[in-house]
Amino acid sequence: MKFRVNNSEVYASTGGRPFDKKKPLIIFVHGSGLTHMTWVLQTRYFAFHGYNALAVDLPGHGLSGGESLKSIEEMADWVSAVIDAVGHKEASLVGHSQGCLVTVECTSRYPDKIKTLSLMGGAGAIPMNPQLLSLAENNDPKAVDLMMDWAHGPAGHFGGHPVPGLYHINTGTMLAKSRTIQNTLGVDFRACDNYKNGFEAAKKIKCPTLSILATDDKMCPVKEGKKLASLIEGSQVDIIDNCGHMMLLEEADRVLTVLKKFITTNYPPLSS
Amino acid sequence: MSDKKKELKPNTYKFDTLSLHAGYQPHKNAGSRQVPIYQTTSYLFDDVDHAAALFNLERGGHIYSRISNPTVGVLEERVASLEGGTAALATSSGMSAIFLAVMTLCEAGDHLVVSSQLYGGTVNLFRLTLPKFGIKCTFVKPRDTEGFKKAIQKNTKGIFGELVGNPGNEIMNMPEIAKIAHEAGIPLMVDATYQTPYLCKPFEHGADIVIHSLTKWMAGHGSSMAGILVEGGKFDWMQNDKFPTMTKPYEGYHGLSFAEEFGPTAFTMKARAEGMRDFGPCLSPQNAWNVLQGIETLSVRMKKHCSNAEEMVKYLMSHESVAWVSHPSVPDHPDHELAKKLLPNGRGSMIAFGIKGGKEAGVAFINNVKLASHLANVGDTRTLVIHPASGTHSQMDEATLKFAGLSHDMIRLSVGIEDIEDIKNDFEVGFRAARKPRLVSNQ
Repeated sequence: MKFRVNNSEVYASTGGRPFDKKKPLIIFVHGSGLTHMTWVLQTRYFAFHGYNALAVDLPGHGLSGGESLKSIEEMADWVSAVIDAVGHKEASLVGHSQGCLVTVECTSRYPDKIKTLSLMGGAGAIPMNPQLLSLAENNDPKAVDLMMDWAHGPAGHFGGHPVPGLYHINTGTMLAKSRTIQNTLGVDFRACDNYKNGFEAAKKIKCPTLSILATDDKMCPVKEGKKLASLIEGSQVDIIDNCGHMMLLEEADRVLTVLKKFITTNYPPLSS
Repeated sequence: MSDKKKELKPNTYKFDTLSLHAGYQPHKNAGSRQVPIYQTTSYLFDDVDHAAALFNLERGGHIYSRISNPTVGVLEERVASLEGGTAALATSSGMSAIFLAVMTLCEAGDHLVVSSQLYGGTVNLFRLTLPKFGIKCTFVKPRDTEGFKKAIQKNTKGIFGELVGNPGNEIMNMPEIAKIAHEAGIPLMVDATYQTPYLCKPFEHGADIVIHSLTKWMAGHGSSMAGILVEGGKFDWMQNDKFPTMTKPYEGYHGLSFAEEFGPTAFTMKARAEGMRDFGPCLSPQNAWNVLQGIETLSVRMKKHCSNAEEMVKYLMSHESVAWVSHPSVPDHPDHELAKKLLPNGRGSMIAFGIKGGKEAGVAFINNVKLASHLANVGDTRTLVIHPASGTHSQMDEATLKFAGLSHDMIRLSVGIEDIEDIKNDFEVGFRAARKPRLVSNQ
């Protein structure tokens, strides 16, 4: 579906079901340089089971208009504005990688609006490798290739996509190259690198929170994810073996099972 | 310590490694080092909710082997990885892959621009069968790059061609034709069976959909029929209103829009969800496994195929019984320079040559070679020969043969990986036999 936030058109996948204001809202926030399509193996399930599942394209990304937002704080405010724009008063948030920084910041800023928080491959800070940052800001496709290399665990490098016939790394590469690299990945990486408030924001979070981490995650290692989770009162942690940073695709079923249990328990669907 | 920072390099696996490993994780298959053959029709659902989730494309997995199968899935991922594609869909043959690609792209009333130099079966599909579904085609000679542009109509939905045409070895200028297609907002579909991804990766030159008859070099051993379509993932289906079946809600899947939901894998998802469901040209797991065995040695075999082919080109060019030789490695081949650009790892192992004495000599040659097999296939490890005008392209009339660049003296040679001297010796026997009828008729 398309709607407007801050005078720009926003695209969000609704997981194949029409948006229904009566249903509780879950917003999925993608990682650096990526799009709503990374969530396809989570959103469709929730959309068919009593929720409005909105996998947004951040401004300037995927099918959304406008320019990429330059800071995590702006993105956090934008997510809150999305909730308003679709006519809801509250939502459950799910973030991946950079999306974790955004959703942590958003939850700390708008505690009354956010009912649950699910973090995948999250950390309190994501400092960027200077060379990688420079490549992305200079529109070098090598930045995407490096990100895809590091984002997939050893098993994910061989493939084994849960959807028959799809190949992880090349699909991710195409998503990240679908718009101008410096305007998406470059801006996002800089925003991640600049963001310093993650740990302080985490301390303010009181809603039920889940962190899904992966043993082979090079971009947000388990110890960083645990450090963030330890600051959030009552936070649950689930660790997936033999999996890299792209757990939402590499181990989509496991992620969905854990996410389903967490969200349906803490933020029940509209029963049919 | 040195201050010099190490340059970052991606460590994704390379071609030879992917040929052996891509698409398969032993730890999810009881530790089996070899890919298991999942010889089953169907798959248990955990519960009703799980079944519904699979049918609604809410989660990945297998339902029924007509739609997908774990062994076939490994093959699909492996080929996608080797081609640099986002996704792939394997089929029972190369022809069914072409048909599936066209039916995923087109509806009745649509039009395609098609290269005229194609395998005879493909010609008949485009010329005679697709019009029965309301899909019309305009044929253009593969070297007539501007002709492709001129043939595009308002209802044209794509351009299709064999990168190196069968059997005349004419090469499409893929980068230029891709530009023409993209300026018109339509995809370029390329049959790259002759090349395999070892010799050419068409996505790097602008193709959007790549098709293979896996029966040929990819499987390589003449044992198993299989085909595949591979998606590049760059084509934007939403850029215009030409592809409503990709971009509008699809009734067959609760109003799903393939392009919005699956983006760079939308074409494959639609081909599987709709095409495999409705047409059902599925690949057997045993054949998928056989093809996987072939792919494990693809680069090793292709090197030998190509080196033997270049030796055979030299031999044929200097032979008194040969009127002409067509192979992209020949310096005066019209596409020699283009071939160097598109096929840097070798120009392939398909040679067309004209035998002095025309059809009669051709028949004598083919009837007398013993090592080379006379059959309707290419890309076997063994050397194969055929006389196209009386075999693979025999269903064409004179005018169509001429338009397709075929002549009655043409022999199609698929060079195998036998010892090169044995192939040459065998050909000497064939040439001697081919000369005899003429000697008789000249007396």
